Amino acid sequence: MRPLSITAGSAVCALGTGRAALRAALHARQGGLRPSGFPGAPEGIWLGCVPGVETVPLPPALSAFACRNNRLAELALATDGFAEAVEAARERYGADRIAVVLGTSTAGIEETEQAYRRRDPASGALPADFDFASTHDLQALPRYVRARLGLRGPALAVSTACTSGARTFLEAATLIEAGLADAVVAGGVDTLCRMTLHGFASLELLSRSGPCRPCAADRDGISIGEAAGLVLLERAERAAPNAPLLLGVGASSDGHHMSSPHPEGLGAVAAMRDALESAGLQVEDIDYVNLHGTGTRANDAMEDRAVSHLFGDRVPCSSTKGWTGHTLGASGALEALIAMICVEDGLIPGCLGVEEVDPGFRSDVAIANRTAPVERVLSNSFGFGGSNCALVIGRPLS
Amino acid sequence: MKCWVGGLAVLGPGLPGWAESEPILAGAQPWTPAELALPPPAMLPPTERRRTSLAVRLALAAAAEAAAGEDAAALDTIFASSNGDGAVVGAILEALSDPEGTISPTQFHNSVHNAAAGYWGIGAGSTRPSVSIGGHDDTFAAGLLQAAATVVTHRRGLLFCAYDAPLPPPLAAVRHTTLPFAAAMVLRPEPVPAARAALTLRYVAEPAEASPSTEGLDALARENPAARALPLLRALAVRRAALLRLPLLGDAHLEVAVEPC
Repeated sequence: MRPLSITAGSAVCALGTGRAALRAALHARQGGLRPSGFPGAPEGIWLGCVPGVETVPLPPALSAFACRNNRLAELALATDGFAEAVEAARERYGADRIAVVLGTSTAGIEETEQAYRRRDPASGALPADFDFASTHDLQALPRYVRARLGLRGPALAVSTACTSGARTFLEAATLIEAGLADAVVAGGVDTLCRMTLHGFASLELLSRSGPCRPCAADRDGISIGEAAGLVLLERAERAAPNAPLLLGVGASSDGHHMSSPHPEGLGAVAAMRDALESAGLQVEDIDYVNLHGTGTRANDAMEDRAVSHLFGDRVPCSSTKGWTGHTLGASGALEALIAMICVEDGLIPGCLGVEEVDPGFRSDVAIANRTAPVERVLSNSFGFGGSNCALVIGRPLS
Repeated sequence: MKCWVGGLAVLGPGLPGWAESEPILAGAQPWTPAELALPPPAMLPPTERRRTSLAVRLALAAAAEAAAGEDAAALDTIFASSNGDGAVVGAILEALSDPEGTISPTQFHNSVHNAAAGYWGIGAGSTRPSVSIGGHDDTFAAGLLQAAATVVTHRRGLLFCAYDAPLPPPLAAVRHTTLPFAAAMVLRPEPVPAARAALTLRYVAEPAEASPSTEGLDALARENPAARALPLLRALAVRRAALLRLPLLGDAHLEVAVEPC
């Protein structure tokens, strides 16, 4: 693919509101996971909450969209100069030439969970003020963002479980390449809800011993988080000098099992290879791999096999989910913004809270921050349904 | 954007598959509403087959019919659904609102919007890229636009499948979907011998006029988002040139020019 400029980016997660907070926390090794205070969550887990998200106001004209997920989207639009950057692009290209492609696994389903608790005791009906289309429906997220930004281009909701956020970069690149858009608002927004928390609990995949510890010998599961990661993608000519670009995207399916990855990581290898091929790069051109690294026994072991199959132990890798938690359909987008920071700062953020790497792992897992030139990052996302996606972010080969 | 339509599928009340439905869609035979019977998907291993819901059966049956005679495992896929597996999502919401309720692991992994795509990968033995999208009432048009963009950009064959099933109460009252419907087609970047028609697609940032026909078979489009495929399916069945305008996002539409091969 032709590289794309990441002209603007906004990140909101447990580490704070904005990319500066994300950057500072990564350098200072201060994580955002805390003991759960989320109503109705399983006992004894840690979460990556965005404080105060439930009170973020939406513009009155768009109040029908009010739900936890769209409030988090609104917070991200108002952060890092994102809405202003889109407005400048709108003036450049016209509102109908800017598309919105956003990923989410559960959209505003937290609103539906609340509505279920307010059902009519006699009929079981949901309350009359519950607006399904503007909250629960997947399309509510891109529709809200498109309306809020005054855009008139195509809009798409991508929902491929935990690859949703990463996968939007591929769909966005396709829209630009096909000539349907000059710029695309892409990324992911996913918020805490009881469905996700109890769902992962039913699979016995949540860490019960504290914050998640991806790649650790004693890792025992996921800590769930919430986040919004938004980017404005356009042709590379628009990029600031030396700025990291979206260089490639790869995708594959496992075709193996609904919730367990292929044990040898064949799908993960295929997605990483596809991303390198799409970027016109070789394995030696990658300086750091940001792992999907959720902290479960099986996923991390599979990913180590896949990464070491391609890179041996020559490329440092780590997961940043010990800081943010697993932000599900937003994780791929949030970690794309982390990859940009790694390139800009020459930072390899070692896995947080890990004393000993799984002795069975063969790749070079960083557990302390390292300072090194980072020209290009490969960022992995994997999800239920055997969905795999990998991004390459950084500077092109000179 | 121009692409070519190969294999086709349709499933809905009184529309039990493309071959039987083609004369009905073309207007040569009357449409008679009849319940759609969907057997468990033979492409899945028995353990997985038993667990499949109506939404997954719909998606897999339509995808398999459209890809019949093709190397199904070699096709990229786009699965488009407004409601996903609403029966599973509804059951989880019920369980969460009941203090004694529990969610099963299978229910949870089946609740993801890409569950049908995941089962397709397992059943077809496909490791090709797959994306699952939602688009409320405009899911079919949104998916077709992305499918065409993918085909012209990546220059590979793609299987596009749109499907939706009714939601259980109380969700049924807030999301109108009264019957099952699915449509699927294989799209190609170049004319192939078996191609039925060429499609030229254009995104237009102006609202579309209301659909000319909303009676009989065409009324299904009001009952299921995937049935908004009907104007295109009818044009393909009757093998005549047509210019269609499928609404998108309230203020835009997808213009589809159909030229029979």
